[in-house]
Amino acid sequence: MKKSVLTRRQKRNLIRILVSLVAFLAVFIVDKVISLGSVVEGSANWVFPFALYLAIYLVIGYDVLWRAIRNISHGQVFDENFLMCLATIGAFALAIYRGVSGMEIEGFDEACAVLLFYQVGEFFQDYAAGKSRKSISALMDIRPDYANLIAGESTERVDPSQVKVGDYIRVNPGEKVPLDGVVVRGASSLDTKALTGESLPREVQEGDEVISGSVNTTSQLDVRVEKEFYDSTVSKILELVENASEQKSKAENFITKFAKYYTPTVVIVAVLLAIIPGAVTKDWSTWIYRALSFLVVSCPCALVISIPLSFFAGIGAASRYGILIKGSNYLEKFNKAGVFVFDKTGTLTKGNFAVASVMPEERAEEVLRLAAIAERDSNHPIARSIVDDYKGEIEGGYTLTNISGQGVIAQKEGIEIACGNEKLMRAQGVDYVKNEGAGTVAYVSENGKFEGSILIRDEVKPEAKQVMGQLAELGCKTVMLTGDNEVVARQVASDLGVSEYKASLLPQNKVEEVEKLLAAKDKKQALCFVGDGINDAPVLMRSDIGIAMGGVGSDAAIEASDIVLMHDDLKGLPLAKRIARKTMAVVMENIIFSIAVKVIILILSALGIANMWVAVFGDVGVAVIAILNAMRVNGKYEKKG
Amino acid sequence: MKKVFKLEDLDCANCAAKMERSVAKIDGVNSVSISFMAQRMSIEAEDEKFEEIMDEVVKKCRKVEPDCRIIR
Repeated sequence: MKKSVLTRRQKRNLIRILVSLVAFLAVFIVDKVISLGSVVEGSANWVFPFALYLAIYLVIGYDVLWRAIRNISHGQVFDENFLMCLATIGAFALAIYRGVSGMEIEGFDEACAVLLFYQVGEFFQDYAAGKSRKSISALMDIRPDYANLIAGESTERVDPSQVKVGDYIRVNPGEKVPLDGVVVRGASSLDTKALTGESLPREVQEGDEVISGSVNTTSQLDVRVEKEFYDSTVSKILELVENASEQKSKAENFITKFAKYYTPTVVIVAVLLAIIPGAVTKDWSTWIYRALSFLVVSCPCALVISIPLSFFAGIGAASRYGILIKGSNYLEKFNKAGVFVFDKTGTLTKGNFAVASVMPEERAEEVLRLAAIAERDSNHPIARSIVDDYKGEIEGGYTLTNISGQGVIAQKEGIEIACGNEKLMRAQGVDYVKNEGAGTVAYVSENGKFEGSILIRDEVKPEAKQVMGQLAELGCKTVMLTGDNEVVARQVASDLGVSEYKASLLPQNKVEEVEKLLAAKDKKQALCFVGDGINDAPVLMRSDIGIAMGGVGSDAAIEASDIVLMHDDLKGLPLAKRIARKTMAVVMENIIFSIAVKVIILILSALGIANMWVAVFGDVGVAVIAILNAMRVNGKYEKKG
Repeated sequence: MKKVFKLEDLDCANCAAKMERSVAKIDGVNSVSISFMAQRMSIEAEDEKFEEIMDEVVKKCRKVEPDCRIIR
């Protein structure tokens, strides 16, 4: 689907601008070469160039003039159209005055050019803002257009909002999954890139959940709908992203406030500049000209447009990587994030158990083989992790006896394998070597002889260590909160390089800990709490910025948090931090650059050094540059590691 | 009651800010936020008089930026 780059209105404007520009240049060059003022002799010699320039002026500026008249009749004194017209008509008037009083004829070209360039600038501004809006919105193009409702043998194409829970829908290859549901027939791979930023496709089959907004890539699926459209993931995400620009940041509020006072102030100074020095020196035309230049610079557009655009681009860039930021205020605050508090289980660790090490190492294979025989039928997570870890064929034919609270004994043809905790070893009279590692230990013996032990630990996420390092590099403190005991906590903390940890916490203690950390931190810094969104809503709310991970499915997490990492990947954190930093840098650049250029041009105009040509640059040129700068935020970010 | 409206042909960021200020002054409007980038206005106002308030909002916005239309 390729849309035309320009809207019809923009096309019309572009043609008008080009025609006027050509006409202007033609008249301007002829004027400079043969001097149009000399075409007609006598005191009315100014009328000829005036007429030519006025014609161009009307072609290029009739809409501005019309808006100026209309808005002034509504009492909009500080309307930019009106001020621009006042400036240019004033410039014409001055030029006529010079002509009438017999001075050298000049100034018509300038009056005409100011409005022409103003229009050129407006065109660029409109184009750039529209284009950036489109490029950012395209990233959020996850809204499904229709659903194929299964009715008997055939399917019917309906609006997703008409489908009810329990209905069956068919998703063909290439189509978006319109509603959340469960696969009832077929197997396929889903592209969730637009949702989570994850580029690997997700394989689904019968019984698996599918999330709306993902794209079915390989084969047909029949899905039983589990949520209505308004409750489905895609609607939630769209709502969140679309509402993001409503939560305004301090920088945006500053700019709107600034704009509110800037225009009236500049206009008042312009009036004073025309009257006071004019009356003192009696050189009215010079000072009125300078005052008119002021009016040209009086619109704060560059600022008012580029700051929200920067934030919008930042939020858009983040959402492309599966990071949803609920408002520009959070992006602004996140840039100041200095303390990251993590919930351990499910956030830093996968929340599932895995074999961490086997003692003695050189006989690991044998120890695992024996343990797997004993644990093969058990559903306990610890047992599963051992079975999953053993890569070979598990020998069958054993009689398995479960000894509650101790472990399992497997027997076959004179072989007796025991696998369990220390209690089991003692009960069996095995002379075992204690394993001091942090985690759960399973001891293994064969025919009463100690074979070794297996240390099982909640698996740390592979990227966690690297991310902790990157956050430390960015100057952030990392804190881990866990309900686990001291030994486990210390081990995980030192493995990951977390700066602080708090162990043996009950869920309600977490809020207290976060409050302590909030009180202890530097006032300028913000505290982020990162959790998986399960049971930590109060902490998410209490912290400066609540970040929920893998939150696509969980409504509570989306509600309570300020930033949602759609994809269960910690690497989103340093990435979001870099996006926030770049956004704020661009915002500051734009604020300082735009205000500085405007102030400098105002001073130079007051001193008579800058003329109206420079002033019009100060208005529209700056706006275009600021917009282009803002678009840098929407560039590419590398996901390190 | 909170509602979100799409704005069409909202061309100038400063006008959006001006519209926001003037809508905020209307009686019965609890909060209003206009996003130039998203071209949306979200408004929270008293339930009973919502339609009346919206008429007033449209009038005020037309005064500031006659080209911009609120899609109701």
